[in-house]
Amino acid sequence: MFWQQLVNGLTLGSTYSLIALGYTLIMGVLNIVNMAHGEIFMFGAFVGLLLVTHLKVNIFVAMLGAALTGAILGIILERVALRPLRRKAVSHLAPLISTIGVSIFLESVALKLFGPQSRDFPSSFTAAFEFGPMRISLVQIFILAVSFSLMLVLRFWLAKTKIGKALRATAENIETANLLGVNTNKIIVLTVSLASALGSVAGVLVGLSFNAVEPTMGITMGLKGLAVLILGGMGNITGAMLGGLILGIAEVFSVAYGNSSYRDAVAFGMIIVILFIRPQGLFGSRDQQGGK
Amino acid sequence: MKLFSEGHFLKGVAVIALSGMLLSVAGCGKTSSPTATEPAANQEAKIGVISFLSGGGAAYGEAIKQGLDMAKEELNAKNKIKINLLYEDSRGEKTDAINAANKLVNKDSVVGIIGPTLSGEMFAVGPIVNGAGVPIMGTSTTAEGITDIGEFVFRNALPESVAIPSAVKKAVDKYKLKTVALMYSNNNDFAVSGYKTFEKAVKDSGLQIVATETFADKDTDFSAQLTKIASLKPDAVMVSSLYQEAALVLKKARELGIKVPFVGGNGFNSPQLMKIAGTAAEGALVASPWFPAKDDANVKKFVEAYKAKYNKVPDQFAAQAYDALYIMSAALDKSGSATDRKKLRDSLAGIKDFQGVTGKFAFDAQRNPVMEATVLLVKDGQFTEFK
Repeated sequence: MFWQQLVNGLTLGSTYSLIALGYTLIMGVLNIVNMAHGEIFMFGAFVGLLLVTHLKVNIFVAMLGAALTGAILGIILERVALRPLRRKAVSHLAPLISTIGVSIFLESVALKLFGPQSRDFPSSFTAAFEFGPMRISLVQIFILAVSFSLMLVLRFWLAKTKIGKALRATAENIETANLLGVNTNKIIVLTVSLASALGSVAGVLVGLSFNAVEPTMGITMGLKGLAVLILGGMGNITGAMLGGLILGIAEVFSVAYGNSSYRDAVAFGMIIVILFIRPQGLFGSRDQQGGK
Repeated sequence: MKLFSEGHFLKGVAVIALSGMLLSVAGCGKTSSPTATEPAANQEAKIGVISFLSGGGAAYGEAIKQGLDMAKEELNAKNKIKINLLYEDSRGEKTDAINAANKLVNKDSVVGIIGPTLSGEMFAVGPIVNGAGVPIMGTSTTAEGITDIGEFVFRNALPESVAIPSAVKKAVDKYKLKTVALMYSNNNDFAVSGYKTFEKAVKDSGLQIVATETFADKDTDFSAQLTKIASLKPDAVMVSSLYQEAALVLKKARELGIKVPFVGGNGFNSPQLMKIAGTAAEGALVASPWFPAKDDANVKKFVEAYKAKYNKVPDQFAAQAYDALYIMSAALDKSGSATDRKKLRDSLAGIKDFQGVTGKFAFDAQRNPVMEATVLLVKDGQFTEFK
């Protein structure tokens, strides 16, 4: 059972990681917690679902479509809720509230458009393989593969490419990056849309594995993503990746070897303990991330 | 930094006070006119309905609404006291349900209330409505202790304390069960109450409980709990939750190779279970007061009319709501008043030998229904009678 539960934990954890990556990118660059991320995640799941069920495209095209929709939503989010506030000297909590507004709006729109019923992806991935003591379904392999490769590509892209460097420079210090000739406005739009695209893909993956796509699915997942953001160290990519996996595995193992009623208490209790020992999060640096 | 600027604050207070006055004036106008102009001969009874019309359990609310609407049309075509149904959406939330109840009781001045959908909502709403002296009848509130709230609280929903033991007993007899695993949603009053009933029924039958696993409403990942259950190899799994989670549990369980029978609480009583879980629902058992294929003239008539109107077979929630309005209407006729709440309560309490689509019906001294349950088995995507 240990190995099977480990696979369960990794699958759950990798979806947390993917969601947390979106939070992390925006946190790192803009120093903002984007509360609408969970709803963009939910929209991505719906777009992917509609593409698969109505246009009968394959799952990769559906993910691409979801990513595009997510990116567009991200751009709109940036224009509507973030940019107007950035121009004025407002409280740093203002964007938090404005993104909550966007999240409520998106959830209501989804309720109107898609209805309250939960739906599921057509089950073309239900095949399962037996590996010794483990039983891994195609969906689990698929989720693990997609999320890990997305995380690696993102890491490489941030570390090696020119835009990646510009993005990191903006995260480090917006004014300096601006002085050095980085078009920070563009970088910010890029960051928000990239984070949203990642969130949307995560939505499709979660929809695939748990078979329940509904307008309120973003809320709990969003909270877990936030927890991972803190756990991993605000705005640290590696932290988000590992933090997600740790949270997922902790939840699954507290069910497997403890009591399922306490799984969230155990997982979040563990986060508190980790934060006692490392207040900056697993991979966070002491002198806060980016920005000021 | 100032916490508020005084000028704005005062202005704000003035605006709020002014709009409050305007609203109360408008409110007076609305409530006073109909009573003054209404002719006495053609009485209209206003009945409030609090239902789960949007959110994760919206299929329950929709079925209830359709059942009520159909009963209303039929009743208004023949009865003297016309019924007007005022719907409020509770979204399955206690706070929304309380707001809805306050509005119905105080602003709309309803004579009685049907609903809310969930037992948890009833526990929140019941004391308020009972305190206001308005009869309230739950059509799907199956948890223990609902009618202990007060003497204005009724239900025509078969309590799970009757339904679950009969389902468990049949399953034990038929499948010769020895060990079982229990699963329930631990943040839902109805599911927790169902779990306690399951636990008692299982112990009374002398079965061994190998695992008790919980999850929460809106959870979507059950793989950890079910992997654990799969490794313990129980003869059956008993699940107390709403259809959404129940269906996802079934789906994941079959995926993990758990092939044993599943016995469900009242949450299993929805065609949505088969719709979401698909073939994974095969072999699920549930006790229900309602069985649409029953060989009974009343039932056949209702099912056909419902099919013609909504193009689907009515589920238990539609059937119980349909019966509930008939019971209300019978009580209204007996009391002879469309507005007297106390009289309606008293005549409701006296209802007996009522023949509804869910069978012969009476209220006991505790205002709980006296009725019988049929155990159903999901077979080929349909509920069939389990013998």
